[in-house]
Amino acid sequence: MVNRIVVGAHYGIKDWLAQRITGVVMAAYSLYFLGALLGLGEVNYDSWHALFASGITRVFTLIFFLSLFYHAWVGVRDIFMDYIKPTGLRLALHALVILALIGYAAWVAQVLWRL
Amino acid sequence: MAKVKFSIYRFDPEKDEKPYMQNLEVELEPSDRKLLDVLVKIKALDDSLSFRRSCREGVCGSDALNINGTNGLACLTDISSLSQPITLRPLPGLPVVRDLIVDMTQFFKQYHSIKPYLINDEPPPETERLQSPEDREELNGLYECILCACCSTACPSFWWNPDKFVGPSGLLNAYRFIADTRDQAINERLDNLEDPYRLFRCHTIMNCVEVCPKHLNPTRAIGKIKDLMVKRAI
Repeated sequence: MVNRIVVGAHYGIKDWLAQRITGVVMAAYSLYFLGALLGLGEVNYDSWHALFASGITRVFTLIFFLSLFYHAWVGVRDIFMDYIKPTGLRLALHALVILALIGYAAWVAQVLWRL
Repeated sequence: MAKVKFSIYRFDPEKDEKPYMQNLEVELEPSDRKLLDVLVKIKALDDSLSFRRSCREGVCGSDALNINGTNGLACLTDISSLSQPITLRPLPGLPVVRDLIVDMTQFFKQYHSIKPYLINDEPPPETERLQSPEDREELNGLYECILCACCSTACPSFWWNPDKFVGPSGLLNAYRFIADTRDQAINERLDNLEDPYRLFRCHTIMNCVEVCPKHLNPTRAIGKIKDLMVKRAI
């Protein structure tokens, strides 16, 4: 392959925007979760189960984790772009991280709806 | 007369195997106000010291140096404001040609990549292409850039990807033409910048704002480019 510097992939604004929006979602969830914990009174299996039995908590928790994974994807991709120079290795790492994050998302859903 | 201690980066690729710091003391006269005055005096004592300078009033942008660890213009820096020994190094992140002179090729390549000129295919009118005072106002804080490279060479993202990231100076100048109502190439300009490297390597570290000798704000200009991209996309 010819060794020339190539730029101009024409993406970036959506990820940049998504990173901000997911950041806001995570901040909002942190406040919600802190409030829920404080309102829990005694922390035991029953109160914990009751908290996660609520549909709002489940859905909000799922949205939180999806936001976290998207946010993490953009951040990790930036790190790879800075530090991993060989294209093949970088592509492999990208694929690995995407697959891992999709797996985590499925796992979160499974945990949340199993409770 | 007061004596001032200096520690100056010296490197002559024809003689020196590697760079070294030269320590020296200079006696000041009352007329020596700015760092550049003293540098000119040192040059008179030791003509092997190399640095760039031209207008000596903060307009040409050629005497940008790393002064006590912070980028700035020698001609605008008060000698009395600096703690001693005054450590002078070339701008970081660019190849050193000799002593305090760096090779600015990469910096200007990025500047040229944003097409720093008005693009307008309409035939020129009899008089000027007019702007409203409000539209003209938007160019304040943008057109004043003197391309001294203080900002770009203070930016860690530029140090890391100087061949791909446009850098704060280039992006400020890109916004100068994006914001210009007389320019017709706004879409092409935004297309040219919508790239994970060219624009989005900026992580709002804001070293650029800290060091700009003209007190410009590249971070704000970069934010406005992103705002326009969002506006265009949604």
